[in-house]
Amino acid sequence: MKRIPKPLYGQLNRPRRRFIQGLAAGGVLLGVSPWLRPAWAQVTDTATGSAPVLSGTEFDLTIAETPVNFTGSPRLATTINGSIPAPTLRWREGDTVTLRVTNRLPVDSSIHWHGILLPYQMDGVPGISFKGIAPGETFTYRFKVQQTGTYWYHSHSGMQEQTGMYGAIVIVPARGEPIRADRDYIVQLSDWTDEDPMRVFAKLKMQSDYYNFNQPTAVDFFRDAASDGVSAAMAKRRMWQQMRMNPTDLADISGYTYTYLMNGITPAGNWTGLFRPGEKIRLRFINSGAMTFFDVRIPGLKMTVVQADGQNVDPVTVDEIRLGVAETYDVIVQPKDDAYTIFAQSMDRSGFARGTLAVRAGMTAAVPATDAPEPLTMGDMMGDMGGDMGGMDHSAHGGMAMDHSQHAMGGMAMGAVRVRHAKTEYGPSVDMRVDTPRTNLDDPGIGLRNNDRRVLTYADLHTIGGAHDKRSAGRDIELHLTGNMERYSWSFDGLEFGRSTPVHFRHGEQLRVILVNDTMMTHPMHMHGMWSELESPDGKFQVRKHVINVQPAQRVSFLVSADALGRWAWHCHLLLHMDAGMFREIVVT
Amino acid sequence: MLIRKLFCIAAVAVFGMSAVWAQETTAPTMPEMDHSQMDHSKMDHGPTSASTPQMDHDMGEMDHGSMQGGTAPPDARDPHAYSGGYTLPPERPLRMADEHNFASLLMDRLERVRSRDNSYTEYDLQAWFGRTYDRAVLKAEGEVDDGKLQDAHTQLLWGHAISAYWDTQLGVRHDSGQEPSRTWLAFGVQGLAPYWFEMDITGYIGESGRTALGLEAEYELLLTQKLILQPRIEANIYGKRDAERELGSGLSDLTAGVRLRYEIRREIAPYIGIERSGKFGGTADFARAEGKQTKETRVVAGLRFWF
Repeated sequence: MKRIPKPLYGQLNRPRRRFIQGLAAGGVLLGVSPWLRPAWAQVTDTATGSAPVLSGTEFDLTIAETPVNFTGSPRLATTINGSIPAPTLRWREGDTVTLRVTNRLPVDSSIHWHGILLPYQMDGVPGISFKGIAPGETFTYRFKVQQTGTYWYHSHSGMQEQTGMYGAIVIVPARGEPIRADRDYIVQLSDWTDEDPMRVFAKLKMQSDYYNFNQPTAVDFFRDAASDGVSAAMAKRRMWQQMRMNPTDLADISGYTYTYLMNGITPAGNWTGLFRPGEKIRLRFINSGAMTFFDVRIPGLKMTVVQADGQNVDPVTVDEIRLGVAETYDVIVQPKDDAYTIFAQSMDRSGFARGTLAVRAGMTAAVPATDAPEPLTMGDMMGDMGGDMGGMDHSAHGGMAMDHSQHAMGGMAMGAVRVRHAKTEYGPSVDMRVDTPRTNLDDPGIGLRNNDRRVLTYADLHTIGGAHDKRSAGRDIELHLTGNMERYSWSFDGLEFGRSTPVHFRHGEQLRVILVNDTMMTHPMHMHGMWSELESPDGKFQVRKHVINVQPAQRVSFLVSADALGRWAWHCHLLLHMDAGMFREIVVT
Repeated sequence: MLIRKLFCIAAVAVFGMSAVWAQETTAPTMPEMDHSQMDHSKMDHGPTSASTPQMDHDMGEMDHGSMQGGTAPPDARDPHAYSGGYTLPPERPLRMADEHNFASLLMDRLERVRSRDNSYTEYDLQAWFGRTYDRAVLKAEGEVDDGKLQDAHTQLLWGHAISAYWDTQLGVRHDSGQEPSRTWLAFGVQGLAPYWFEMDITGYIGESGRTALGLEAEYELLLTQKLILQPRIEANIYGKRDAERELGSGLSDLTAGVRLRYEIRREIAPYIGIERSGKFGGTADFARAEGKQTKETRVVAGLRFWF
């Protein structure tokens, strides 16, 4: 429908190309001017690439500002032990780990262990779990490791996650690893901006489409009018125009300011993982982006997904995976040729992170062009629009064996679900409400629906062993994901954090959380401290996760065992959405 | 002729605006939704088995009224129903951006204006400070000629969000320049009408029973991602003749034009434009008495910027 203007990737002038592709030298900084260095600093540049691995039960981590240069402009990053990503922490299930975190920043900091079950005082959310780590202070985290798999950790203070504070956690099962692989690589994806992230926020507050250079134009209109007729071109635009919504609002922040990184390395820098032909390689994908959904594929290789958010799943083989912010997926690949590109394009197609699997360092494979961005559909705005969207009967589908390439808009034909909007959704904080959300989980999401690749969906994921807690839910909690794009404000039920009240869970209860997305953006929702056990549309256990992507106009439900006493955070993991107020406190008593 | 046409456009804009306004503020109709009839405690959470009636939508012709604005039905959910009595402590350390103040200044027009017998500088800016729903708003518009401020309207307003796309504004306006100054109470609405029309309508009450109404509408047509055509229309209506400021009662002036800007960055855009402006009624009489043109075409060139 809509083509990305060619110049963005094809005919870049040199500075712009360097900006998108980054410096080949990655984060290594040459000749940075002295004023950029903090007075106390040892003069060490930020290390990038595969992070150093720390293992054992005692860890010393130091948060500091260190210089980086991803685009040609030197900047100060916020790092842990001087590297991006931060050191990979290798823990063993059943161990009690002690992590002494020293803050050498001029401002408060914190570390949150994402997806880790622990006492709430160790969760690392300033103002909720603890008071934060003041400049110069050391905070000691100590907790027993009760789970296995791939996780990550990051700052929960201000915008420090955006400026470099993220690392991987690998927890080795006490009784041996059930997933066999000859090699094991962490592939941590992230987004970097040379701008001050708060300035980025302020810009969005003034012009929420500031970073969107894929907006419908008059030229597009005439093109559509020429090919489909004037009335069709008008009809296509009418609803969006009437509602003051933008069908190309796929990401709030784009490659206009972002350089996308793989293990802290720019596309030009080309992170490389080595292998011998025939080996089985485990790739642990972690989306540590602040605001970017990544669509990951390795042209020429099938990926067998074996783990999602640290939890082993029935293996499912796909071509492509969309990683919501803060999600992790472990896959097994078995390369035969010499080199393959790991290609992770941003959801809005404004850029990509890239690396290579190769038999020798320095080898490269072809880097695909980014796909054309696909504008949002009526279904993304309105949800379930009745039965006439292709007449699919989902009850007849077997789930696993679905052919997504055949689906225009998976699941549109399912029975409509009525929702209950909150009183506070009828005010200035909410720019749209969906009365009949869709409930299907087999939709790979905008931009992936008809790409002729087998794309992973939540309907494909089945946690091995099923639900932890077999009880049915004692009650339902329905909350709506809301926002006002024009004002750049995000909330639950139309109430930003500052106007909200905590959500209370009774200790020990099993409850169902229903989230309805009353916006046109996908929100990766992260509940701290407890698992979110996603339900299928017919109410059966689907998959255990710590982050659940809720697509536009979608309703999801998941069960929570309220077994973790204390105060917890619950928020959209898009950093700016969280900061804008799509954040709630949970109290478990 | 052209002026008559422009006037028609302005009238349409105003009426369109009021219709939109009415729709946004008083459209509680929730077609096909009758919450009072639903028994929520028995709602079926297995969506596929829920046999709720489906909306009969004809793509493109559907009613979006229920998706935006409106008023909450009586049985709308209480957003605090799950709090168990817990509240956020008032002295809490965690404050997110929803409780921060932001500030911005937009110089919408800073331009050199050239008409057949004059050339001068005009400015039109809007600045704000505050949070998402309540802001201090400064609006300033004026003309500088021969290094002297000829005519300036400056307003200080409290902007308060009343719906997704609309703010009310309440405050004061001060008119200054070469003629005697005037002070007004100002009350208006500013926002985004359907189809992305940016509207600003403000009523004024001044001393000695003076009243006024100012109307402004803008649209941004993206020719490319960076080349933007901005049609703009502005009108001023006065309730009472004000000889000292050479204003008649009724429609005093109407200006319509287009500006073509190129956004070097989002924040900085030079532009060129052309507009047609006319004085009417008593205001036109004052102009004629001084031997001035009542209608003129202007060519403008300027800079739009914000930060």
